[in-house]
Order: sequence, then C-alpha cells, then structure tokens
Amino acid sequence: MTGTPSAEPKESIRSPTRTGMRLIVPLQGIVQGRGGLILGSIIPCTLFYFLQFYLKRHRSPPQNPPSRSTSAGNLSDLPRSSSRANLLARGSTGRAHVSARVSCIAKPNDSPYYIGLDRVREDPYDEMGNPDGVIQLGLSENRLSLDLIEEWLNKNCTDSILGVGGDALGLHGIATYQPMDGLMEFKVAMADFMTEVMGRKVSFDPSRVVVTSGATPALEILSFCLADHGNALLVPAPYYPGFDRDIRWRAGVELIPVHCRSCDNFTLSITALEQAFNQARKRGQKVRGILISNPANPVGNMLNKDMLYDLLDFARERNIHIISDEIFAGSTYGNEEFVSMAEIADSEDADKDRVHIIYGLSKDFSIPGFRVGVIYSFNESVLAASRKLTRFSSVSTATQHLLVSMLSDKRFDRAGCGMHKKQWGLYCWVDLSRLISPYNEKGELDLWDKLLNRAKINVTPGSACHCIEPGWFRFCFTTLNEKEIPVVMERMRKVVESCKPSV
Amino acid sequence: MLSRKATCKSHGEDSSYFLGWQEYEKNPHHPVRNPCGIIQLGLAENQLCFDLLESWIARNQEPTGFMKKGGSIFRELALFQDYRGMPVFKKELAEYMAAIRQDKVRFDPNNIVLTAGATSANEALMFCLAEAGEAFLVPTPYYPGFDRDLKWRTGVEIVPIQSSSVNNFRIIPSALEEAYQHAQKLHLKVKGLFITNPSNPLGTTLSIHELDHLINFAIDKNIHIVSDEIYSGTVFDSPRFISIMEAVMKKNLENTAIWRRVHIVSSLSKDFGLPGFRIGMIYSNSKTLIAAATKMSSFGLVSSQSQFLLSRILADKKFTRSYIMENRKRLKNRRKTLASGLQKLGIRCLDNNAGLFCWIDMRCLLTSYTLKRKWSCGGGSFSKTG
Repeated sequence: MTGTPSAEPKESIRSPTRTGMRLIVPLQGIVQGRGGLILGSIIPCTLFYFLQFYLKRHRSPPQNPPSRSTSAGNLSDLPRSSSRANLLARGSTGRAHVSARVSCIAKPNDSPYYIGLDRVREDPYDEMGNPDGVIQLGLSENRLSLDLIEEWLNKNCTDSILGVGGDALGLHGIATYQPMDGLMEFKVAMADFMTEVMGRKVSFDPSRVVVTSGATPALEILSFCLADHGNALLVPAPYYPGFDRDIRWRAGVELIPVHCRSCDNFTLSITALEQAFNQARKRGQKVRGILISNPANPVGNMLNKDMLYDLLDFARERNIHIISDEIFAGSTYGNEEFVSMAEIADSEDADKDRVHIIYGLSKDFSIPGFRVGVIYSFNESVLAASRKLTRFSSVSTATQHLLVSMLSDKRFDRAGCGMHKKQWGLYCWVDLSRLISPYNEKGELDLWDKLLNRAKINVTPGSACHCIEPGWFRFCFTTLNEKEIPVVMERMRKVVESCKPSV
Repeated sequence: MLSRKATCKSHGEDSSYFLGWQEYEKNPHHPVRNPCGIIQLGLAENQLCFDLLESWIARNQEPTGFMKKGGSIFRELALFQDYRGMPVFKKELAEYMAAIRQDKVRFDPNNIVLTAGATSANEALMFCLAEAGEAFLVPTPYYPGFDRDLKWRTGVEIVPIQSSSVNNFRIIPSALEEAYQHAQKLHLKVKGLFITNPSNPLGTTLSIHELDHLINFAIDKNIHIVSDEIYSGTVFDSPRFISIMEAVMKKNLENTAIWRRVHIVSSLSKDFGLPGFRIGMIYSNSKTLIAAATKMSSFGLVSSQSQFLLSRILADKKFTRSYIMENRKRLKNRRKTLASGLQKLGIRCLDNNAGLFCWIDMRCLLTSYTLKRKWSCGGGSFSKTG
C-alpha cells in the first residue's frame, strides 16, 4: 500500500485521450491515526482506480483533443472574480438602507462552491436515515483521526479546561479577559506544533504568532494590514473559492488570478506572474503582494524550494509582500518534502519583512469547529497591527487551554496525528473535461449540476476556483467512510453514462 | 509598505483608556506579591459570581468532557463550523435574553447571529449598515473601545450626541437634532443611532421617554438604531431595564419599517462574566441583515466548544434564574461599598442602577477645570477617565 502512493503523481497524469479522466492525486497527506492511515491510502487509490476502470470501459473511441469552443478562447480575458461580483450584484434584494456590502452578499450564494455546501446541509446523505441524500465531496475536512483526539479528551478533558488538578485558577483563568492575540502558553504550543508539522527545518518563534478564530480571519486581517482598498494581490489560479470572500469583501482588496495550466501540471510560473503584474500596472492597479497556497488548494501540488526562492526574488524586485497559506502543510507527499516559506525567509534576512504565513488547526488537527488560526509574520509592524485586529476574531480561552494541554502532552500520539510521510491529502483534482459539452464553463456547470442534483454528489467545479481550463473538479475524500465509496462510484457511473464526450 | 489602516491611529488605542491598561499590565497589584502595584479599576469584567459557575461545572462534568446523554459529542463539535450557529445554543440564548428582559420581549433564535464577542458584533453591524465615510450618532460619554470597534476598519464616523451632568447625562431631543445637524455640516450621511443601554460608562438605564425620543427620531430621519445591551443582565436596582425592542412594541410598531431597523448587540461577557469564551451576538428583525451578518460572522465564529458548554448551562433554567438574581445582589452590594467609600472622601458617584462600574465626579480634584483632563498613575490605581 505504501508503494502505490509514491508512484502516483507523475504516472497518474495521462492525456485525456487515453483514459477520459486525468487524476492528479496530490499530497501525501497527514492522514491521521490508525484508521486514517488505511482509509487515507485506500480511499484516494480506490476512487482513482474505480474512476479509471469505469471510464476505460465506457469511453468512446479516441478522438482528436477537443477544440475549444469560441467562448473558451475568451476565458483568459474573462476576469471571473469580477464577473461573479456582477452576478452577485444583479437582482439585489437589499433594501436602500443597508450598505452595498449587504446588498451584494445577503442574497443566496451563487457560487457553485457554496451552493453545493448548502445542498449537503439541506439534504445530507446518511446510510440508514437518508440513503438518497447528497454525499459530501466538496468540503476539505479531515475526519480520519478524530478518534485519537477523542481518546485523549476522555482521559484529560475537564482538568485541561479548568486547570490541572488543584490549580487554583479554575474558571478565573479561562473566563476572564485574556490577551486577544492568544495566551502565551498557547502560542508556545502552536509554534512548537508548527515546527514539527513543517519537518523541524525551521523553528517557529511564539512571539511572532498571532492567534485568530480560524484561518479565514487570519487572511482577512493580513489583507487589511498589507493593502488598501482597491489594491490587489496576485494569486495563482485555480484557487480556493473562499479567497474571494476573505480578501475582497470587507477589505476591498482585488484578486488578480495568475492562471496555471494542466500542460504544466498547474505549476506556477514566474513568467505568468510577471505578465499579470505588468498588466495590472498598465491598468493602474497597485499590486501589494502575492498570495500562495502551499500545498495548493484545489490542485494539491507543492511549491519546491527553487520556486519559493524565485517568488521571494520576484517580491523583492517589486517591493511587495508574500502571504503563504500553509494550512495543508501537514499533508505532505511521497519523497517530496514540504518546504515552508518560513524556511526561505529564515535564510534571507533582508527580505523577512515581506513574508507572512497563515496556518490553522482545521485541517491537520481536524478541529475546524474550535476555530483556531494563526498569523505568523517576520514583520513587527504587521504583528503589531494584527494583534489589535485579532480582537475582532478572537479565540475562546477555554479552547486554548484545552489545546495547550493536548499539544504539550508528550504522551499524546502527535506522530499518529499526522507527522507521517507517505500519506494522502484531503482531495483529488480530477479532469472530467471529456464529459462536458460544450467545452466551456457552461458545459462544466451543466455537469456539476448533474452531479449535484441527479447523482447527488457535491464536488467543486474548477470554475468556482477560477480555473481557466473547463472540466476540472475537486473531489474531497476525507469526509467519506469506506462504505460510501461504492455508493459514490455507482452514482458517478449513472452521470458518466449520460454524458457524451465533447467534440 | 503597510496599508493606511495598519499604520494610522484610527484604532484609537492611544487614548488614556488603553494607556492606563498598559500601565496596569506592566505593574499589576497583588496583595502579597505586589502590594504597591496598580489596582485595576479600568476593566469592566464581572468576577463576582465565578464560585456559582465553578460549582455548576463541578456538578455537571459531562458538557466539559464533551459528553451528553448517549455518549461523546466530541466529533460533532470538532467538525461543527456552520456559521448559522448551533440551533440548541441559539434557542437557549433567545430564552435567556427574554428572561433578562422579564419576558417582556420574545426573541426568535433564527434572528440571532453569533459572533466572537460583542466587539465583533458591533464591527459587523457597522460593515452591514454603513459605507466608509458615513456616520452613526453616539451619545456621550461612550465606551472608549467604540472608536476602534465602530470606526477603524469600517471607515464609519462617530458623531457624538452631547450630554451633561446638569441633567445626569440624559439624552434629550435637542441634543439628537444638534448632533444630526453637526453631521450635515461635516457632509456626513447619518445612517443610524448607536446607543448603549444600560450605558457604559454611566451605568444607568435609558428611560422609556428617552427610548421614545430615539425611536421617533429614527423614524423621522429614516435611520437605524443599534442598541448595545451587553449590560442588560447587570441591572441591580430600579428602574427596571427596558429594551429598545420592548419600547418599539409598546408603540405598536411591529412590522413597520422601524421594526426592521432596530438591532440589538449582546454577549455573555458582562452579566455572565465569561468574556474569555468570546460569545457575542447580533439580533435583528431584518432578514436581509441577518443573512449578511451570518456570512460575515465567518470572520469571527464562536468555538463549538463554547456554544455547547453554554447551551448546557443556559438550559439549566433553575440555575440560570438563581444566577441572575444572585449576580444582581452582589453587584448592588459591591456598588454600595465603593460608592460609600468614595463618599467619605467627598467624591460623588452618579446614581446608577446597572453596570460593573460607577461614574465618578472628580472635578473637585482638578486644579483647573478645562476640557483637557489630567490623570496620574502615581497613586497606584487606574480608573477610566471621561
């Protein structure tokens, strides 16, 4: 089983004409725990092979690569994020009294990403209670190691929340006002955890940690700190759909997608970055930084050391910042080791000030409900501002106390909770382009609609992630259990059979 | 290299309120370890009833251990990140809010948005109700943190509604109109009134007449009313607390436009003494606002652990009601002790019936009465200045 993952990424990439589906299975994930180790290996392998097998049997005879529809030719010019903003503003139901922010956001979400999540909420699959419900493959949530944490809690919980044993602090220690940017002992525990997760190649300093209620506010706070309203960040596309909300909505910072393509395995190129920067300048748009996700979401690839150095050079030459969202850092892959931007910054003293990292416990530690995020910065001014701003996004002291105990407990199987290499990540980036017709965003959304409303599988279409090539989808698999895989496959089969290959 | 917001001073944290706090943190008083340190009288935190909560927690181990009847609830809590909040918690919160208001108002849990503290709620409301450069009218004196919470990132302006000790700092109609005209002169579009009831720092509750003036004004000017009722559970003496919602209902204005322009902010930080849990909320009858604020709460969600624990505490109605009563009793006694001690020194307190503080008249100690007030930390105690 461990042999298979290491062979995967390069060999899994095949031309669409051969298999009808290209599956980039990224991320040697931190799949946590005993059950997780197996599930985290089985599930993506099984998904991949089932889909491959099914499509091989059912695809039409090989044809020439589909020519792009005329609309596809315009895709590179179509600023999807701004078109989406227009969609949102259209047909606004906001009253005259509320702000424009409310008018554009109060109506139901029309991004497929959010629509899909809502559908699962309304009609969730349950093997016994709701077998026709919608199966969730649209949320990158890791449920595979919760048993480990639960076990620890059973033994340690009340002491951890209220103070250990006879600690006189009791409720006083957790209920009263504490520093809004996090308890020092919690920052120490988080810095230590991040050091381990990122392979002990860099030592994180607790005094550079600012705690926030999740990675979402962490990113927004950094946006407020680094850019003024109307400025822009360059972001490799496809990217996580939530960025549009986190950065654009209240901070008013624009996102300029830097498109990556399947022919390069969706790898970022400095040339593309340069082009996007220059075009922005011509438009009179001031670029304040680059936002990278590493490992990437939704594609799942990692930026290597050379690329990270190149990015820092690029940022230095243009005097801009780098925000590195490393929330999936615990999901590493095969022989390739994850390299944090912190490691690069450590070695380049002069440019440290422009590097800022986002982390959180929602993915690697499977506790999105507890709302723990981190801003890590080498810039004192950014830290000072973030410490004030995190007041609007503060973390419960009780939660911090609990996690300090857990993260500091040497007996706690942190290795089991995800420092293993050669594990699988939380999602696959899947090429279904041969199943869409026409070969454009509309065709992709038609397929997404079939998957959601007929097959009742929630996956995320590439267009929601601003992917320039139609037909790519993100499938998250860490919310599934083993029994659900054949159900997913059967439902996929019905949809695939009803699709004609694009011409 | 940083944004204007990050480098400007509109966070307001260079006021005496924050500077005093910083001085306290450098040299905090302790009866044994640091008897000469600074005594904190500048933080409105309720520590009077921790013993009651601690004994509840000791008797009810299950919720703190992520357990409920039927087994562990850890998994659901760990994964729960729905920005609409835990239904059971919102239901209990709605009932608790009604109980604080002597059940004169009923609250619909679906009209509650949970936020990480009232700080987050206040800011979110500003983002929802006003554009940068627009204004809210705020009665003075007001909580120093509003300069940060309402203005900093939102770009919204505060125009003060002046009040005076001559009439015990009451809000009068002419002051409302004056503030509005002042905003017009500054070319600021007024979007609403922002009141704190009970008042911080005064510790007084608004009378029904004041509430009527405010409602009439808001109807006349076609603006919102945000009522920060975070201290509603700290009312320890008569007159009783009247919520803005009750006042609107008394005028039979439900289902009119003003009904949907009145919004309440609250939290469990003051009456329940749990600021560390970061539990705040927005309440509104405007579905549009609730929809937007719910999405906006993504930037400050309440930990599922906090929601679960508090839903269990609030569900224990017997405990909650006795807690409210005991809390009030202790607040009243504490206030009496402080006020009578100050009186012996010839220092007068404003007569207040709520809050965790007194509004003290120290004009007799000023060397000259000007608008710039001086303060000194030499005496070893720090209290809020006007």
